[in-house]
Amino acid sequence: MARYAREVAVVAFAQSDHLRRTDELSEVEMVMPVLHQVLAATGLKAGEIGFTCSGSSDYLAGRAFSFTMTLDGVGAWPPISESHVEMDGAWALYEAWVKIQTGEADTALVYSYGKSSPGSVRDVLTRQLDPYYVAPLWPDSVALAALQAQALIDAGETDEPALAAIGARSRAAAETNPHAQLSGSVPQGDYQVRPLRTGDCPPIGDGVAAVILAAGDLARQLCERPAWITGIDHRIEAHSLGLRDLTDSPSTRIAAEHAGVFEAPVDTAELHAPFSSQEVVLRKALGLGDGVSVNPSGGALAANPVMAAGLIRIGEAAARIHRGESDRAVAHATSGPCLQQNLVAVLEGDRA
Amino acid sequence: MTAASPPQVLRAPLVVEFPFTRSLGPVQSAFLTGLREGVVLGVRTADRKVMVPPVEYDPVTAEEIRELVEVAATGTVTTWAWNDRPRPHQPLDTPFAWVLVKLDGADTALLHVLDAPGPEAVHTGMRVRVRWAAERTGAITDIACFEPYEGPAGGEAAPHDGDFAGAVTGIVAQARLDYVYSPGRAQTAYINALSEQKTVGERCPSCQKVYVPPRGACPTCGVATTDQVEVGPAGTVTTYCIVNIKARNLDIEVPYVYAHIALDGAGLALHGRIGGIPYDQVRMGLRVEPVWTEGGRYPDHYRPTGEPDADYDAYKELI
Ligand SMILES: [Zn+2]
Repeated sequence: MARYAREVAVVAFAQSDHLRRTDELSEVEMVMPVLHQVLAATGLKAGEIGFTCSGSSDYLAGRAFSFTMTLDGVGAWPPISESHVEMDGAWALYEAWVKIQTGEADTALVYSYGKSSPGSVRDVLTRQLDPYYVAPLWPDSVALAALQAQALIDAGETDEPALAAIGARSRAAAETNPHAQLSGSVPQGDYQVRPLRTGDCPPIGDGVAAVILAAGDLARQLCERPAWITGIDHRIEAHSLGLRDLTDSPSTRIAAEHAGVFEAPVDTAELHAPFSSQEVVLRKALGLGDGVSVNPSGGALAANPVMAAGLIRIGEAAARIHRGESDRAVAHATSGPCLQQNLVAVLEGDRA
Repeated sequence: MTAASPPQVLRAPLVVEFPFTRSLGPVQSAFLTGLREGVVLGVRTADRKVMVPPVEYDPVTAEEIRELVEVAATGTVTTWAWNDRPRPHQPLDTPFAWVLVKLDGADTALLHVLDAPGPEAVHTGMRVRVRWAAERTGAITDIACFEPYEGPAGGEAAPHDGDFAGAVTGIVAQARLDYVYSPGRAQTAYINALSEQKTVGERCPSCQKVYVPPRGACPTCGVATTDQVEVGPAGTVTTYCIVNIKARNLDIEVPYVYAHIALDGAGLALHGRIGGIPYDQVRMGLRVEPVWTEGGRYPDHYRPTGEPDADYDAYKELI
């Protein structure tokens, strides 16, 4: 625990059911029940939270500053200490963790949400690409992942049956996850963009996740078995896909080294791999052996609310520690095309 | 719909279009101008690697890179993905392959598309060449696509000064995204009530404040507001400003008054224009009522009711 100034743990996690559409709910109406749930799990009131940080993207809803509306659901009056990242909530959690490390807060509420249903998320995500050389071609997220999958197949690191097995394993695991959007046997389907078939791709949907962080003894008071964040780091690679070896993820590996992943074995890995092929890359970068339970929640292939799916990985890993099902877990979140940016956290429970 | 069933949420098309005007640095300018002239340029890094498309800074060392070189318009596919169903705006409207192509003379790959008859005609390692667009403007789409190529390979990268007449110095990055917007439960109820020339808010079950327009949550208590309350129609001006700038496409004579109006029964003020009274006679406490125009979906403006002004204490909490 000497890695950082303060001990910080995930003490509660909540998520919505992830659904293809939630037309009847505005963003705040969608977020609020999950906020209430995560607060209730600790007994904290909104006004007792030291810092609040959220993650979302205006491009999903097509409206500027849409995140400000969800603050109504937090109870932002009288004024609270608050921030937002236009990224997955895993990065909001990182900012909150830093805030606690500085001593400016002892608790933090982190939430993120994605409402992809109003638009076409494959096309919307093209607007995050290099505007000079790439975005004018409108390569959608599935196409870019398919280029990476073909590179892996050419390198002999996987093949189409092995990819299909990753999807099947994820959706089978999701049968015990009541929040999952897809679970059980899902047909592998036709090629979306070859070599990726429907079963290799994540469902598109709307969803919310929230986490509460707390420091030191407060964490012990709020949670029977806190999930201590013993390491966390995030790294980014060059944006140009043609500069990168798409079969590898050096940013994940470096983040994992800095987070201390390799210092002791992990029993659980919650990987943010929206495409089956990306799990192949991440397993290699994180050196995960067959003994590790990978995505027991079903992972992003079972539910991928954009901007929340990475925070959910941290939450799911923490929840396993809370329940005593894991002692040392690695959680991973990604952002950008073909695993461009990666965040890695190590979560540990106190041993009996 | 029966009276008991909840009203359908509203939905409407929402189009977001944004033509971002972006300036180019010297390297990007040379590259895109080169495409217009049918020349592919890259940059050479300090460790002699040739990067195409060119970047301005070395991704490893962050050193500035300015050494331009010309590479061939032929190259090799390093990975690919077959797209059976082209999506809107993509370079070809017939099935095509996405490709990363390492051009002859380059050490990095360029993302583009390949025109080929089918996936069986594409493989990693296949040789391709640029098919130039008929009309070129200095954009990545000046490469219409790649096409299969059987001829000789291009040679090494050659130095190039990057000087072109009429260099392209900027691009307009066009984007259009189509959405279907739904305002959710609370705002749907508000908008539906407006169509009957009524204003409804929602009461917070915790602090009892009535929010109008309702957004479904009390920002003080952080709980859902569900109890619907009709407010107004009359209200009180709590504060105002005088607008002296004529808005484009707005048929309102200046100066006019824009005010915060606390409708009777509402826990906070909404805003609207004040009419029916000279602008310099509007005052805090003025009692006003909405004026609806034929077919209007919200009050066009508010006018004095003729009642005595409200006492300051009656609205000071709502300013
Ligand atoms: Zn309230």
